[in-house]
Amino acid sequence: MKILVCVKRVPDPETVIKLTPEGASIVTDNVKWVINPFDEIAIEEALRIKEKAAGTEVVLLSIGQKTAQEQLRTGLAMGADRAILVLTDQVVEPLAVARVIEKLVGTEKPELILMGKQAIDDDSNCAGQMVAELLGWPQATFASKVVLGGDQKGAQVTREVDGGLETLAIPLPAVVTADLRLNEPRYASLPGIMKARKKELKEIPLAELGVDVAPRTRIVKLETPPKRTGGRKVGSVQELVQVLHDEAKVI
Amino acid sequence: MNAGQVDYYAIDELLSEDERITQASVRSFIEREALPVIEGCHAREEFPRDLIRRMAALGVFGANLQGYGCAGLSNVAYGLMMMELEAGDSGLRSMGSVQGSLAMYAIWRWGSEEQKRRWLPEMAAGRAIGCFGLTEPDHGSDPGGMETRARRDGAAWILNGTKRWITNGSIADVSVVWAKDGETIRGFLVERGTPGFSAHDIKGKFSLRASITSELVLEDVRVPAANLLPGAEGLGGPFSCLNQARYGIAWGALGAARTCYLTALRYAQDRRQFDRPIAGYQLVQQKLVHMVTEITKGQLLAWRLGRLKDANTMRPEQVSLAKRANVAAALDIARLARDILGANGIVNEYPVIRHMMNLETVITYEGTHDMHTLILGRDITGLDAIR
Ligand SMILES: Cc1cc2nc3c(=O)[nH]c(=O)nc-3n(C[C@H](O)[C@H](O)[C@H](O)COP(=O)(O)OP(=O)(O)OC[C@H]3O[C@@H](n4cnc5c(N)ncnc54)[C@H](O)[C@@H]3O)c2cc1C
Repeated sequence: MKILVCVKRVPDPETVIKLTPEGASIVTDNVKWVINPFDEIAIEEALRIKEKAAGTEVVLLSIGQKTAQEQLRTGLAMGADRAILVLTDQVVEPLAVARVIEKLVGTEKPELILMGKQAIDDDSNCAGQMVAELLGWPQATFASKVVLGGDQKGAQVTREVDGGLETLAIPLPAVVTADLRLNEPRYASLPGIMKARKKELKEIPLAELGVDVAPRTRIVKLETPPKRTGGRKVGSVQELVQVLHDEAKVI
Repeated sequence: MNAGQVDYYAIDELLSEDERITQASVRSFIEREALPVIEGCHAREEFPRDLIRRMAALGVFGANLQGYGCAGLSNVAYGLMMMELEAGDSGLRSMGSVQGSLAMYAIWRWGSEEQKRRWLPEMAAGRAIGCFGLTEPDHGSDPGGMETRARRDGAAWILNGTKRWITNGSIADVSVVWAKDGETIRGFLVERGTPGFSAHDIKGKFSLRASITSELVLEDVRVPAANLLPGAEGLGGPFSCLNQARYGIAWGALGAARTCYLTALRYAQDRRQFDRPIAGYQLVQQKLVHMVTEITKGQLLAWRLGRLKDANTMRPEQVSLAKRANVAAALDIARLARDILGANGIVNEYPVIRHMMNLETVITYEGTHDMHTLILGRDITGLDAIR
């Protein structure tokens, strides 16, 4: 079977983010870029399925600038078979991402699409759901466990929901989005990195796909979280309750 | 600047995609697998055996060698790997150096096809550990004076002598032992358990405590003729290996330096004295600026050396220059960082004192700082000050 894994290039979560002077985007010089951590988990899951089910092909897909090659190459070094990069310099919103994926599903015909539950840069958490909707496929989001049926016709997916776990049975083809506890991704091994150099990485200009990617939203303003200030000591329980009520307004 | 990175001169842009991926991969391996355990290993004077197995799975051992199960990385990628290992601990980088650049390289470069097929894939996979026995109790900087002897006896060789300060000695499955046959230095593969061969650990080290250092004793050790490294004759044999290891150290030291610098920087920004962060005082800033300058210079040295090595034009003296300069800079940075941390600089809650003590070994082994001075002095003046 074929698994399509979607991969986004995002700033390293450890990077200290600075805003541009006009305040609607971040300064990207000197930022270290990584695979979106949830996408890395999705890649790992695909590779584990491949290790169990012989003949599985894992195809990576990224949409973005040429620099996203590095993240795709990292995924190939982890063990994916080939990669597709849809090239564009413009900002691609979740709906546009979903449409591009829909388009490529038409040619690639995967049985399973694995994605991160969200990208850690804009935290939209909707591309996976939109892909499922556009394709009319079942979806299982926030997966913490994926068990593929022996006949490869369906899967059991455990989801992390508020206060517990929910297990769904879904027929394939389907869209599954990965949550943090699904697995612990492997490191790209050094021999794997050398092998990845020879794997196929196909580039497709976004314009060639004929997909409507016009933005529907505009970022008005970004703000960094307020600086943490030191705590304050209160004299008594009574005063504590008072402060929590009057100032913090939490009780 | 990014958390956890020092790249003041955008040297990242000088790297290829797979070099960057290599660095990122080894780096997250070290952060997630090594940092949580290394301080404890160091405190207990314990070799992190489990970690070694995982380093092997990552493909660390002999990573710049071609064939025989090795990754075949560029030398710059290999250097970056060493830098990330040593950002964790010099002992981990030592393990990589001794296994890959000394023991495996000796077999790869000077061994017979049969020796290569037998040992290299096993060593790359970490199933066999190697060590490299050159130094003796009475012969360190002057290995040519070695007293270990090899004598031909029919179809075998008989080895006698003592090697000291041998990394991995007591855990090695195969020891590359250098010995004199008459006046010619030759290399032998001595397998674990060979009668007459024993290894004893050196205890009480204040430095490289997460690495094993042993004495090897050879008493009428009989090895088959097939265990002689056929290609090596004379000091050129061991020196070619040292050259590989020194190359890795020139990169590795920068990793230790980076950890110390970043720890000191963060500490100085947080630590307040006289109502201000100590990073706001000129004397502290001078130290931090010196550190970042030396690291940046060292990165450029190492990068250029790597490109020369990839082009096959690197001279041993150029390796001496980088090993000498970068290790001295790293030790200096570690000492300054320790100073900036004040009393916190002497406890293992911070990694600085561990790196500082480790670097006292790094400046001594693989040619002491002063021996490299003399090698370079001889090269530029044409006058030999070594003897
Ligand atoms: C932790 C550790 C691990 C090691 N691992 C290995 C290993 O795996 N394999 C191995 O073979 N060896 C290993 N070594 C040994 C190391 O390579 C030697 O310690 C090193 O070569 C220096 O030799 P020495 O200690 O005998 O010092 P010496 O050679 O006695 O030097 C002492 C001092 O004299 C100076 N000196 C010597 N000659 C001159 C001269 N002509 N002019 C001016 N100054 C001079 C030196 O620079 C130094 O300052 C290891 C050492 C350590 C500490």
